[in-house]
Amino acid sequence: MDKPLNQIIQNKVADFTFVGQKNIKVVDEVYEEDSYWKQLFKRIAKNKGSVFGFIMITLIAFMALLGPVISGYDFDEQIAGHESMAPRIPVLENLGVFDGSETLKTSTGELVVNKYETIEGGEEVYHWFGTDVLGRDLFTRTWIGTRISLYIALVAVIVDVFIGMSYGMISGYYGGKVDNIMQRSVEVLNGIPNLVVVTLLIIVLKPGLMSITLAIAITGWIGMSRVSRASMLKLKESEYVLAARTMGAKDISIMYKDILPNIFSQLLIMSMFSIPSAIFTEAFLAFVGIGIPVPMASLGSLISENFKSLTTHFYMIVPPVLVLALLMLSFNLLADGLRDALDPTMKEV
Amino acid sequence: MKKYILKRIGMSVATLLVIVLVLFILMQLLPGSPFNDERLSIEQQQVLMSKYGLDDSVPVQFFRYVKNMLTGDFGKSYTISKNTDVSLLLQNRLPTSLLLGGLSILLGSVAGLLLGVAAALKHNSLLDSMATFFSVIGVSIPSYVFALGLSYLFGFQLSWLPMLYNADDGLRAFALPAVALSMTVMATVARFTRTEMIEVLNSDYMQLVESKGVSGIQLIFKHALRNASISIITILGPLVVSLMTGSLVVEKIFSIPGIGQLMVQAIQSNDYNVILALAFVYSALYIFVMLAVDILYGVLDPRIRLAKEGANG
Amino acid sequence: MKEKVLEVRDLAITFNTSAGKVKAVRGVDLDLYKGETVAIVGESGSGKSVTTKAIMGILSNNGTIDSGEIHYTFEKEGEEVTENLLNFSKKQMRKTINGKHIAMIFQDPMTSLDPTMSIGNQIIEGMRTHYKTKKKIAQAKAIKLLELVGITDPKSRMKNYPHQLSGGMRQRIVIAIALACDPDVLICDEPTTALDVTIQAKILELIQDIQKKIGISVIYITHDLGVVAKVAEYVNVMYAGKIVEKGTVDDIFYEPKHPYTWGLLLAMPDLETNTEKLVSIPGNPPNMSHDIVGDPFYPRNKYALHIDKEIEPPLIAVSETHSAATWLLSEHGPEYSLPTELQARITRMKEEAKHYAAG
Ligand SMILES: Nc1ncnc2c1ncn2[C@@H]1O[C@H](COP(=O)(O)OP(=O)(O)OP(=O)(O)O)[C@@H](O)[C@H]1O
Ligand SMILES: [Mg+2]
Repeated sequence: MDKPLNQIIQNKVADFTFVGQKNIKVVDEVYEEDSYWKQLFKRIAKNKGSVFGFIMITLIAFMALLGPVISGYDFDEQIAGHESMAPRIPVLENLGVFDGSETLKTSTGELVVNKYETIEGGEEVYHWFGTDVLGRDLFTRTWIGTRISLYIALVAVIVDVFIGMSYGMISGYYGGKVDNIMQRSVEVLNGIPNLVVVTLLIIVLKPGLMSITLAIAITGWIGMSRVSRASMLKLKESEYVLAARTMGAKDISIMYKDILPNIFSQLLIMSMFSIPSAIFTEAFLAFVGIGIPVPMASLGSLISENFKSLTTHFYMIVPPVLVLALLMLSFNLLADGLRDALDPTMKEV
Repeated sequence: MKKYILKRIGMSVATLLVIVLVLFILMQLLPGSPFNDERLSIEQQQVLMSKYGLDDSVPVQFFRYVKNMLTGDFGKSYTISKNTDVSLLLQNRLPTSLLLGGLSILLGSVAGLLLGVAAALKHNSLLDSMATFFSVIGVSIPSYVFALGLSYLFGFQLSWLPMLYNADDGLRAFALPAVALSMTVMATVARFTRTEMIEVLNSDYMQLVESKGVSGIQLIFKHALRNASISIITILGPLVVSLMTGSLVVEKIFSIPGIGQLMVQAIQSNDYNVILALAFVYSALYIFVMLAVDILYGVLDPRIRLAKEGANG
Repeated sequence: MKEKVLEVRDLAITFNTSAGKVKAVRGVDLDLYKGETVAIVGESGSGKSVTTKAIMGILSNNGTIDSGEIHYTFEKEGEEVTENLLNFSKKQMRKTINGKHIAMIFQDPMTSLDPTMSIGNQIIEGMRTHYKTKKKIAQAKAIKLLELVGITDPKSRMKNYPHQLSGGMRQRIVIAIALACDPDVLICDEPTTALDVTIQAKILELIQDIQKKIGISVIYITHDLGVVAKVAEYVNVMYAGKIVEKGTVDDIFYEPKHPYTWGLLLAMPDLETNTEKLVSIPGNPPNMSHDIVGDPFYPRNKYALHIDKEIEPPLIAVSETHSAATWLLSEHGPEYSLPTELQARITRMKEEAKHYAAG
């Protein structure tokens, strides 16, 4: 024993007596003081990516709601004389950026023009993201288009919850023949590339929001059905489910009342992973020319429309591309963060 | 193993048959086929019907259709190139698209694998964070956004590489589109490789291997990557799908004369025979890749390769 | 004089986790002598595996060694040298120590073999890496090793893959792998815990046999004191990242000093006590991510003193071989007597031992 310890002990001689079992803690020490949700929230908040994703999604959703209202233009309003105007933003224009001027490449060299100076009353006109070749305000159209992407995100989650979860849970719960048939069917469906399913569907139906929704409904749920089947297989042998069964509970009630509440939050988080691919499907369809019909706008159709002016008016394609990329990135980051917070060992769907 | 492969082949054939059935039904339903043309008199229609065997029973028609599809007889194009055999249209375009797709997969997988392995080995380091960051971006941003960016920057602004496809440029013509398409592949492969490698590196058997005194390249390639690769190859299927989708748009952007561009044209001009033919080609291609992946999986994983016949098929 | 092979001093290891720092090992001393077996006993999570992984240099990346030394004496190019293994880089460890001098057997044979490599190749890999042994020669030795660990038809087993073998067979393979390069120290991390009871005994026998045959030094980790009595000469009882009692087998079984050891002894089934009377230690080990003040065993200790709440007891020597970390041994400690149940148990054990010695 070293000296200091010895000295301390000398002063504590009186403490060398039995406590008398008052110290015994048979109950486990509660390590985690917070509730499940609070812990989850804390872990999510620690993940910078998911926080960024969440803030961006909120911001984009906010702009999608408010943007078209505050711009002062209608999304399908073609203003004569306002065609192909570069972005002009108050305040920033004084700094020499976004002042409405653009550089045109011509055969003789480069030429700086500012359409706001040439049109009548142009002094007072502001198009924050510019206008397209038909003279429609791109700020308004971008945020209107964002609404479609957000709607698609919602559809993706709903499809996952209603079709994917139910399919997987039923398949997993009944097992045996039912499971076998259901899984083979999924395998066949999965053997057809989405691209084919979606295009075939759209050429049969009329292009439009309804068809896109249907396309996502048909292709989007397979991943979720796998995850929920796996969760179901894990839980269906658990004691409380067996107990419920011996009490004579109906299958449907066991599935939805006893099992689903235990896995729902996890599955909901996993459904976040299908959002980016759904948004991408819509954008893809629009680019191929079978998306939302004009004059409606979606991010995909805006990119596709403005792609034609890529070399002449580059600014037109930037806002929809940027919003689309940010939205997809944010959903991916948020989904990653949520999954890591929930269960770091879980893999992607 | 034999049983496993047979089962996979059976599954593939079944899937292909289902697809052909769907295409067959669609062909009957779609408006605009010559047989639905209202300008033709009943007699004319009759002649056409018997000429094309449409008065045969439905199963007979279906099996003829299956035969036609498998022998590459996809009928004629209505609008894109009037009365040309669709197979003729495909003939020149398919190799171009396959080359583009192959290049992108190769480029993306090699880069992704390296990035993923490096990130896993230096888990929780700056390199790891950066790799993770780039792969999230790569997975999130559709390949055509990359295509637009690359085309604008290197093709238009800097004029380093051709902005539009020209067969005379040889492989140079594929540079930008292949890089654009490979971004998603790279990001996906990197992400997946990283996760798998981290899991394998933390597994019990890797500790035993290390405690034998094995290290370095031998440790990574003979044990870690070999085990990780069993799961890594399974993402090849989904990757091929996303590559197909991506190629439609990327071929349009760079105006590459491949089947993707043809598909876009066909969709926009309602050339149904071409659409159906391409749907078949895409599906067959995908099913083939999936089958190859499954077989490769079996070869790599001794648990499947050595499975007793009848058990664990 | 016995030759010391391995000497661990004041080893402390911390893990960085998302929930904060986990002090898994908090100053461990350990001695291993040539040809002998030392056991480490303790409940799950007490830091047994972490300690031995540090010796092997296979700590996971989030672990750091805060302090300590691991002196290992071995033959290097014909000369006897003693080196601090903590000064070795990972690469040096793999090249010079792992497999060649110190080998390890892990807890779960179901997961400790590489599923994609044949048994034969896994056994010869060590020899091929360290000594560049010719494949034919290595294979011949592998077959001998398989015979040694009791695998029938070793030649055809060489081509098998792990999934084709049972748990007991796999553990035998792992032992063969560990012995492939003739190490002088073998670390067995609960080698029988994951196996069926009947197979447990066989594997245990096998390890003892091998030790007798080749005179290897063994560190044997277990949470079962019953096993300890069979295999070890020395025992280290570990609790919450520290050794709380150490001594010869006789010291620990016949004159246990630490209340935790008493608990372990009482929890050990024997022929006379029926299972209903088995008392497990109340409560759970402490959460190592919290700072520990005083004796970590305090909240579970029926013999706790007031001082335990404030100051963690150091190891106090009882005899040359025996020491325990409890204030009961301090000069100021109160009078106490062993639990009667335990006293009865010890008497019984002593009689049994005499009986064996006589028979
Ligand atoms: N890589 C790691 N990261 C974080 N904590 C770890 C890590 N490895 C071990 N620990 C912690 O260190 C402590 C000791 O673990 P260790 O594996 O040594 O226990 P053990 O005594 O071997 O138990 P068992 O009998 O269950 O094998 C545990 O609390 C464990 O949670
Ligand atoms: Mg352990």
